[in-house]
Amino acid sequence: MIETVLTIIEPYLPIIKTVFAITCIGFGCSFALAIAAKFFEVKDDPRIGEVNELLPGANCGACGYAGCMDYAKAVVMDDAELNRCAPGGADLTATLAEYLGKTAEAAEKQVAIVLCMGTNDAAKCRFEYNGIADCRAAHLVGGGDKACTYGCLGYSSCATVCPTQAIEMVDGVAKVHPELCISCGKCVTACPRNLIKLVPEKNTVHILCSSNDKGPIVRKVCTKGCIGCTMCVKLTKEEESVFMDGFLAKIDYSKEVQNKVIVEKCPPKCIIDTTINN
Amino acid sequence: MSEEQLYSVSSSPHVHSGASIHGIMRDVVIAMVPTFIAAIIFFGLNALILTATCVISCVFFEYLSRRIMKRNNTINDLSAVITGVLLAFNLPPTFPIWMAVVGSFVAIVIAKQLFGGLGYNPFNPALAGRLFLFLSFAFAMSGDWTPWSYINTENIVATTSATPLGMLQESTGSIAFLSNNSNIMNMFLGKVNGCIGEVSALALILGGLYLLWRKVITWHIPVAYIGTVAVFATILYMIDPSTNASPLFHLFSGGLMLGAIFMATDMVTSPTDRSGMLVFGIGCGLLTMIIRKWGAYPEGVSFSIFIMNATTPLINRVCKPRVFGVKGKA
Amino acid sequence: MNILKAKFKIHGGVHPKYRKELARDEETKRLPLPDILRISTTQHLGAPSKPVVKKGDYVKKYQLLAEAAGFISAPVHSPASGTIKDIVTGTGASGAPVTEIILETNNTSDAELTGVYPTDEWQKLSPETILNRIREAGVVGAGGAGFPTYVKLSPPPDKKIETLIINGAECEPYLTADYRLMLEHPECLIAGIQIICKVLNVTEAYIAIEDNKPEAIELLSKYLEDKKIENIKVSTLPTYYPQGAEKQQIYSITGREVPSGGLPADVGVLVENTGTTVAIYNAVIKDLPFIERTTTVSGYGIETPSNVIAPIGTPYQELIDFCGGAKDDVKKIISGGPMMGFAQATAETTTTKTTSGLLLLTAKEISQFESSPCISCGRCIAACPMNLMPAELSQFCEAEDFESAAANRVMDCMECGCCAFSCPAHRPLVQHFRTAKAFLRAQPKK
Ligand code: SF4
Ligand code: SF4
Ligand code: SF4
Repeated sequence: MIETVLTIIEPYLPIIKTVFAITCIGFGCSFALAIAAKFFEVKDDPRIGEVNELLPGANCGACGYAGCMDYAKAVVMDDAELNRCAPGGADLTATLAEYLGKTAEAAEKQVAIVLCMGTNDAAKCRFEYNGIADCRAAHLVGGGDKACTYGCLGYSSCATVCPTQAIEMVDGVAKVHPELCISCGKCVTACPRNLIKLVPEKNTVHILCSSNDKGPIVRKVCTKGCIGCTMCVKLTKEEESVFMDGFLAKIDYSKEVQNKVIVEKCPPKCIIDTTINN
Repeated sequence: MSEEQLYSVSSSPHVHSGASIHGIMRDVVIAMVPTFIAAIIFFGLNALILTATCVISCVFFEYLSRRIMKRNNTINDLSAVITGVLLAFNLPPTFPIWMAVVGSFVAIVIAKQLFGGLGYNPFNPALAGRLFLFLSFAFAMSGDWTPWSYINTENIVATTSATPLGMLQESTGSIAFLSNNSNIMNMFLGKVNGCIGEVSALALILGGLYLLWRKVITWHIPVAYIGTVAVFATILYMIDPSTNASPLFHLFSGGLMLGAIFMATDMVTSPTDRSGMLVFGIGCGLLTMIIRKWGAYPEGVSFSIFIMNATTPLINRVCKPRVFGVKGKA
Repeated sequence: MNILKAKFKIHGGVHPKYRKELARDEETKRLPLPDILRISTTQHLGAPSKPVVKKGDYVKKYQLLAEAAGFISAPVHSPASGTIKDIVTGTGASGAPVTEIILETNNTSDAELTGVYPTDEWQKLSPETILNRIREAGVVGAGGAGFPTYVKLSPPPDKKIETLIINGAECEPYLTADYRLMLEHPECLIAGIQIICKVLNVTEAYIAIEDNKPEAIELLSKYLEDKKIENIKVSTLPTYYPQGAEKQQIYSITGREVPSGGLPADVGVLVENTGTTVAIYNAVIKDLPFIERTTTVSGYGIETPSNVIAPIGTPYQELIDFCGGAKDDVKKIISGGPMMGFAQATAETTTTKTTSGLLLLTAKEISQFESSPCISCGRCIAACPMNLMPAELSQFCEAEDFESAAANRVMDCMECGCCAFSCPAHRPLVQHFRTAKAFLRAQPKK
């Protein structure tokens, strides 16, 4: 009987052997994997996943962590501050605080702003740049083609890195649309000339120049540059919301500018009030 | 902006060799002229019409697709012309015109522009077009060769309408006659059946020498490719000359010369470093011979180059020159 | 015979149009002292020197203007007598801001040398004294980078220098300043070499010259023969760019490969530029600080191409005027050679110790950027003397994946420009690598 069976399956033996061997290997491997999985299992706090669900998932890095998941972990495990997520804003801070049963103060909403008004017709060029359309690269070639060595180069490196397309190039100068900005700060690091700052959203008056050159030099290269006449500082003497840093007037963003006439009075008109001109 | 003339400032170097894509492509077009003339001599008006159709439709599709995709116009770089000529060279003389247009469409739009245009295409567009036609219109592609047969078939009952490689594949008896001197000579000159641009080894080699002289291609890929085929064929021939054709037969038959000189050397789809080029050439040679000897098709040039195109990124990763001042592997 | 052919062939390299005939046969002329000199304190690699004079000071020729600010730095001396008008921030040849000392010259010769060194007895001086003198004279590499010579001549004690190579290749197109120097002052050059040999205690020295300068080869070898100097030999190199690159030149002559990230001293070699060697000669034998140099003014955009000796701090415009002025169709002004030099926005930039050339190029001579995607032709790889893969590297840089670029050794790129020179797609390869290197250098070390 057995012999008959054997003779029948005889020609198929190699196939049967192979199938058997492969099945065994398969079982063996899955068993090993199962054991390994048990062995190396990490007990994750289930809250991490849930906090992650609450986060906006932009993975922008504004919080200073590698991504939303990383921040969620830090919030649950390491007691990280709850207000670090810029896109989530105050609402998220409140939600997180409620979820974790903690109290937290919402961070002030900030937006990015480009401190330069040197548009194509306001600022001169020193030479004809012939190269890669990238600000970092352009900055390294002869120091950039803008005659003003502080001004926006206009090759949109900031716009390229912005995850929300909040930056638009207008007449050769980058401009942030505050309503789109999630204050991730990527553009701030991308700009080789350090023109972009994160400022509190509530401040509406800005001095859009970064040139620390003396007045006559600024005037030679740009019609919209701060000439360091200190007019604005004098006009806001009481409130002390504007101060001089070298030859450049700057807004003290911890205060709010009350005396808005400085917008009108600034000779080169490099002060703007976003509630009016925008 | 001031009106005064500004100096130009850029990163170094400030001078250039003058080489341009247009210049390279122009040289390739010039190198294809002898083959084109040979095609007209052997296949007459058909060759002319077919080539013109492919070139015109390739350039047209290139223009159109760039237009539709809102990209800059690139027909001036002449790469579409080359694709057109190469595609035509890979078609049999009796090939229907409308199919040639379809082939051009596949080559330019699908194999090239959809990938982003010149420089981004993983496969040689002409080759992709040819393979598409070959697989879809197999009958038209194998063609009715009869009117152009010069091969002396002597004592064998073989389809006279076959290409030399076709005879090799179909024959059951001895094939020694294929390698006799007069047949080899005919194959060298181009007096055989085949696609319009592949028959004349002589014309192709002339073009190849021109490309080498103009430094458009380097010797690495053609030599590695043809050399591998020669070595492989010699070994087979030494083992059994009655069932294997002579090495010379293999060198001058089918699309080997066209493939090795014009198709495999396409810059975009072949490795960039010279060591990689050698690997690429050897790979093409091996695959070609394997398909010719054991494959289902008589000819393996197109398939082998196509497959090697796919491995190019891999070869590029592995075959890197040793950086100066770095010992061993980086 | 004391002429040797370089034995080893490096990978890559290119053959640009040399256009040396423009200025090759022009005898070196001296520029009349300009009224205003603007002397940069960044004349060298390393920390900018620190000014020791202030606005309104009267300085004499050879007087110290700025002292070395650190180990890798060099002092700067006044090239003329006059009054310091101001110290301002200007733009250097590379476009980076530099501190400039503005000197109004008065063309009197109340100059004073230190007089410490008897001019004909340098053989009696100890290596330390000579080295000190070289440092105090502010001698830096005149070839381009401007590495302080004093530092270069003090290799770490565990690295013994066996071979000295004097780089007279001058592989950059247009430039002929070193060539003229070799022809006109072989005695200074040879004496300079002997001084270096003494400092380093080396016995074997080669003067490396490309074989497109047969006159220089012949003249120097004859000079050496006449003077019966046996430890110095002329080594001829096949002409191609970048034969003057340090690592490549060492390989050509000795067959030794300087390790990646290493120094020539690692393989027992030291390379010194011709101009630097003459500056060493001036410093040690004539007691002169490094205050002037020969600059080639050339290109199809200048009326009379010339080789000019000009004090450091000379505005380019003065040189241009001296050479008959610029033609109308000048499109680019370059400080240095066309392969590695810096394009200038204005002719207001001033010369430094490293200004080997001032080129006024017309639109016909230069390449304009109009890049298209890489067609993987491999020409850049074939051209790269460092055996890099520029095509692949530039793609990493374009994607801002600087990490991968670093892993593929972008830092080994010497920015020689061979790749971009050969690229038919006109890709801005070197600019990509510059950007990547700047980014990577700014990154904190891991
Ligand atoms: S504008 Fe700047 S800060 Fe705002 S979202 Fe864009 S990159 Fe981030
Ligand atoms: S610039 Fe750099 S990558 Fe290009 S050839 Fe020179 S060393 Fe190689
Ligand atoms: S030379 Fe230019 S086109 Fe050719 S491989 Fe290099 S980068 Fe690409």
